[in-house]
Amino acid sequence: MMIKKENLIWIAIKTGLLSGVIAIFLCLIGMIEVFSKRDVIEHIITLGDFILLVSAVSAGIIAARAASNPDQEKQPLKNYLAGALAGLTTGILIIAFIGLSQTINLRSVFLSASPSLFKLLTFKGGTSWIWIYPSIGLASGLLGTTLFLLPEKFRQPITRAIFITFLMALFSGLFRVIMINRAGSIAKLAKYLFGQTGLTLSGATIFFVAIIAISMFWTARSKNLQEGFSRIPKAGQTSLRVALYVLLAYVVIMLPQVSGPFIAQVVVIVSLYALMGLGLNITLGFAGLLDLGFVAFFAVGAYTVGLLTSYGIFGLQHIPFWVAVPIAVLVAMMFGAFLGLPVLGVRGDYLAIATLGFGEIVRLLAGSDFLAPFFGGPQGIIGIQKPCLGTLGEFLKVDVPRICNGIEFGGPKEIYYLAVASAILVAFIALRLQKSRLGRAWMAIREDEDVAEALGINLIQTKLLAYMLGAAFAGLGGAIFTVLVGSIFATSMQLIVSINVVALIIVGGMGSIPGVIVGAIALIGMPELLREVSEYRFLFYGAALIMMMLAKPEGLWPSQATLRELHHEDPGEDLDVASSQAKA
Amino acid sequence: MRTSFGERLLDLAVNGFLWGFRILIVVIVVLGTFLTIRAGKYTSEQWIDFVVFGISQGSIYALIALGYTMVYGILRMINFAHGEIFMSGAFGGYFIATWLTGIGFMDKYPVFGLIISMMFGMLVSTLIALLVERIAYRPLRGAPRLVPLISAIGASFFLQYTFRGFFGPGVYAYPSMKALDGEWIFFGIGILKVQIVVTIAAVVMMSILYSIVMFTKIGKAMRAVSENKDVAALMGIDVNRIIVTTFALGAAMAGAAGVLYALTYRQVNFFTGFTPGIKAFTAAVLGGIGNIPGAMVGGLVLGIVESVGPALFLDSIGIPRPYQLKDAIAYIMLVMILLFRPSGILGERVSKKA
Amino acid sequence: MNKRLFALLSVLVLASMMLAACGAPAPAATEAPAAPAATEAPVVATEAPVAAFQCTDAIGCVDIAPGEPVHIAYWGVLSGPDSSLGEDSKRGVEIAIDDMGGKFQGHDILLTTEDAGCTPEGGATAATKLATDTSIVGLIGSSCSDETVGGIATLTNAGLTTISPSNTRPVLTSPDRGPDYAGYLRTAHSDAFQGKAVAEFAYNFLKVTKAATLHDGSTYAQALQQVFADEFVKLGGTIVAQEAVAKDATDMKPVLTTIAAAKPEFLYYPVFVAVGGYVTAQIRDVAGLENVKIAGSDGIFTADLLKGGGENTKGMYLSSPDFSAFTGDYAGFIAKHTAKYGGTTLSTFHAHAYDAANILFAALGKVAVADADGTLHVGRQALRDAIYATKDFKGITGTLSCSPSGDCGAPVIAVYEIMNSDPASWNPSDATNPNPKKIFP
Repeated sequence: MMIKKENLIWIAIKTGLLSGVIAIFLCLIGMIEVFSKRDVIEHIITLGDFILLVSAVSAGIIAARAASNPDQEKQPLKNYLAGALAGLTTGILIIAFIGLSQTINLRSVFLSASPSLFKLLTFKGGTSWIWIYPSIGLASGLLGTTLFLLPEKFRQPITRAIFITFLMALFSGLFRVIMINRAGSIAKLAKYLFGQTGLTLSGATIFFVAIIAISMFWTARSKNLQEGFSRIPKAGQTSLRVALYVLLAYVVIMLPQVSGPFIAQVVVIVSLYALMGLGLNITLGFAGLLDLGFVAFFAVGAYTVGLLTSYGIFGLQHIPFWVAVPIAVLVAMMFGAFLGLPVLGVRGDYLAIATLGFGEIVRLLAGSDFLAPFFGGPQGIIGIQKPCLGTLGEFLKVDVPRICNGIEFGGPKEIYYLAVASAILVAFIALRLQKSRLGRAWMAIREDEDVAEALGINLIQTKLLAYMLGAAFAGLGGAIFTVLVGSIFATSMQLIVSINVVALIIVGGMGSIPGVIVGAIALIGMPELLREVSEYRFLFYGAALIMMMLAKPEGLWPSQATLRELHHEDPGEDLDVASSQAKA
Repeated sequence: MRTSFGERLLDLAVNGFLWGFRILIVVIVVLGTFLTIRAGKYTSEQWIDFVVFGISQGSIYALIALGYTMVYGILRMINFAHGEIFMSGAFGGYFIATWLTGIGFMDKYPVFGLIISMMFGMLVSTLIALLVERIAYRPLRGAPRLVPLISAIGASFFLQYTFRGFFGPGVYAYPSMKALDGEWIFFGIGILKVQIVVTIAAVVMMSILYSIVMFTKIGKAMRAVSENKDVAALMGIDVNRIIVTTFALGAAMAGAAGVLYALTYRQVNFFTGFTPGIKAFTAAVLGGIGNIPGAMVGGLVLGIVESVGPALFLDSIGIPRPYQLKDAIAYIMLVMILLFRPSGILGERVSKKA
Repeated sequence: MNKRLFALLSVLVLASMMLAACGAPAPAATEAPAAPAATEAPVVATEAPVAAFQCTDAIGCVDIAPGEPVHIAYWGVLSGPDSSLGEDSKRGVEIAIDDMGGKFQGHDILLTTEDAGCTPEGGATAATKLATDTSIVGLIGSSCSDETVGGIATLTNAGLTTISPSNTRPVLTSPDRGPDYAGYLRTAHSDAFQGKAVAEFAYNFLKVTKAATLHDGSTYAQALQQVFADEFVKLGGTIVAQEAVAKDATDMKPVLTTIAAAKPEFLYYPVFVAVGGYVTAQIRDVAGLENVKIAGSDGIFTADLLKGGGENTKGMYLSSPDFSAFTGDYAGFIAKHTAKYGGTTLSTFHAHAYDAANILFAALGKVAVADADGTLHVGRQALRDAIYATKDFKGITGTLSCSPSGDCGAPVIAVYEIMNSDPASWNPSDATNPNPKKIFP
């Protein structure tokens, strides 16, 4: 198919317009202004500049790609023309935006169109911006085209290096703090690599070069390495694998000691969501029962432990955490059955909304004045005894914690081990369940309830077991959550938690146990680490959900069954998806 | 089929539980109602007020629920971002209404002013819905059922925080309309003008929508597509165009609802759409999702139960602060209705997996 | 599989490298500055030197080398439905920094913000993150009392001190609050004063005897209305109804109708802006409540209430810190706010945040020791003590002195009446024509 010249120009302009609109959008939501206070490379390029640049460069890449014709040889001139045009259009659009802002007061509608934003965009006033933006746009477009034209073996390392360097810059505060806390030469290295607000120039160069080198080495050698691995005798392969696991275990065990409490806290939260995810993975991933109120079971686990161990006024019993946890899990299981019963005959999206209702009912009741004498209502349950490995001292009086003679799981660094061990244990149980007779029964129900029933599967029993086991895992998560925070409030049991759990399962890959873990890391860990960009956290989260679904609808780590299913589908529809994705 | 004794016992226990549950709820409802009415705490005017408040709130739920139900009917997908589409309509209406008030138009021609605001709100929400459909949903048309749901959740977050970026986290107050202050008296009972206007506007919008779906060619095509996409395509229907039209119509309803909602409650902010979105989704399911009259019925029932329920059922049986549990009552009623009718009030029985 | 293997391998290798590198010198950390100084002299020449300053502080010091910024942090709610509360305070802090010219004794001031989401677990996570950053000198936050409950122990144990501009839960500054709260002060006032003041106002000034309350299920509102109810009964009044709604409720007419059935003369709803706006806007539409006297508290002491509540706000009573005690230039603050952010303020506590930041800077000014080379040293305990020792500080919310249990806010509560429902007229500290206007005591 020949690409006509007009077409080419139009595509390039369209791409440029699109990226320009995105740039203006980012300005108007205030992101550019806020991010201009953060650096990618200190004193050289701010995060705000970087984002604007990336939009122009991507316009160049996309336009250049559109201009190239797979059937013909490359025609660099054509590509450059398209890339340049796209970049230029982006620049011109930004000028138009600044010009517009100087004639009408955008701020009467858009709060973020503040004077300081335009001071920033016009380089502190003056008129130099009129030529700066088109020329930067042009240059970025050309740069994008060059990137596109580079042979694969250079392009991939460079894009990878840019991306990873950017990530390092984004998380530089985190790395810097961890390294500085180690003192000595590591602290000095940290100051060399990371500045207060971003990477230093030397740091950025080091990362960039190192990643290019590693990446090129890997592309060149990965085949040899793999072949080498397969040539090692079976026993050797096994021992290599074992070594890998030992290394993994070492990393997991040492992590909180080295990284400090914050990373430990994030890992704990990720593990808690992974626990809930593994639970929901049974009801939704295996048995296909969409539950949008999963937080209910989490709440039941949390409140049970809270009531049984608290030394505050709501503490019913003052038993150790270790005794309370099995009780909490049991109570959560019973609750799973209790909530599962009324909705046994309800299917599909009716089930989703009914369970959403259950989640809300639990939260509303827990926080209500009606049950406040038992659950503390809005004032919550506070004063939860931390787990103690050893003997607990006598319960003396209300509001005074008991003394722990032994190791106390007081902070995130200690609870980390509890949470990670629970997550691993539960993942193992889930793995065994998946392969069991019960697991196959669940999957039969997921595929078709009526057929499953006809095959002699007891629907009631199987569904109830799915609810109960799922609830048990979530209850365990709730129990650990309680001791992590040390208090429980009904406001922690929001609908958003349930939604997050569903999202992480789908993003990870439905029905896949490693997928749940990967999903939890991506959807819960990342936003936790990005607390700093607070007001844009959920904007990124939303955009990431959409993009992940567009790019990998089967999930990040899909189960074999899902993959098979996707390939079984009507090829026509598959093609449809593929072509529309290409268009998007 | 061979069933063991244990299984039969389980069946018995389950059925016993379910019937116990149904009876318990019915007893609470009947007893609560009886006690409340006997206690005579509320006058009959107050009961009428409860119902009127419920109808006005319910008609807004119904308008939003239409969008959920139509999209579901055609694509079998839960458009989770619909609440945010609703919010964008409220914002769109806000800017035009403020402007119209500022130049004095609103006071002179309140009816036209209101219609213009609503039109603009509908326009804004339709544009945003089409954009969301194009970017986040269309590429996922053949994907497994839950994939578009997650994409929709993403779109919901994205829209919320985009609006937060544009307009900040603060509250925007709708200009008050002189023409809508006060009450009209019907048969000796005063009813707020705003509520009458809102209810009438909602009914008009719903009638228009219903006529489009039932009596126009495009409506016929929509129904055909919702029955079976492939066959509809074979009949020469442009399925894509129909889907886009459905989104647009649903979003327009949500936009109108946004403006009406903001007129009633006076304030808008970026989080405004979340709760009504969930409620309308509940209403759509309550009425039988995919069913247009069902959404209307579901919305009204939900609105009335929320308004009347706490005072009627809980007040007299010793539950303090019953209105704190208004949503809980709504959800328990939902579960009850699903217990008796697993596919909603007007829904058809789903025999295959939806 | 290949890609995954690559990812896993590289993560593992990186992690174990980090472990190997970081794990080793940890025990030697205390001696580290001395040993490598000789070998790596060129790099550290500016840092290690002639340590004229010896840190004797009980919980450590922060050293700020020349060119490094003075790092302070703000933690509070910046996402979700309550974010206007946190955003509002954050702006107060930002304006305080602007007023310093962005510099403190020649060092830039760096402000980090952490979202705590108005939940205890959010507070715990934010606090844990901030506590690991040893360059942080002091903090402003949190927004919601729940966040403080979740995070304060972590901050205190890390030697940090935080001043909250908007926590009002009484227990946070009660004398027996425990050692975990040693690093916690606030410029906001405790609700205990406020509920009592409103009860006295209603019974003694308005001479009403039948009151009703409404809360939104938040910790703040529930506690405050209960304090009011208890005090009101103690004075001799009757509470005829205590109702509650969900935080996200919008249609208040049904619950107001229930309240109307109890025929109160006075309705107190110390809620937040959203619910407050809805209640106020709808209350006169409910038969039986046309003439009831209405009152709220500092959670809705903002122009946003006038936006949400409309004309019904006229004549409404609001309790709040006594602005006539506001000695500083509140109008000047508002002018800066408008210039910087456009629009009106988002909530009640921006001025408290501004004062909190200035108290922090003032204390910092007292304890920071500058070296010959310009390195600043701040003793953490010294800073904490200096903040607690704040006396007669001229803030814009009043003349502030901090008590040993961490209360810096002037506990002088006044009741105001809204004179005009136009949001633009909101100016409680105006000398001639204030709106709302102070009427009690």
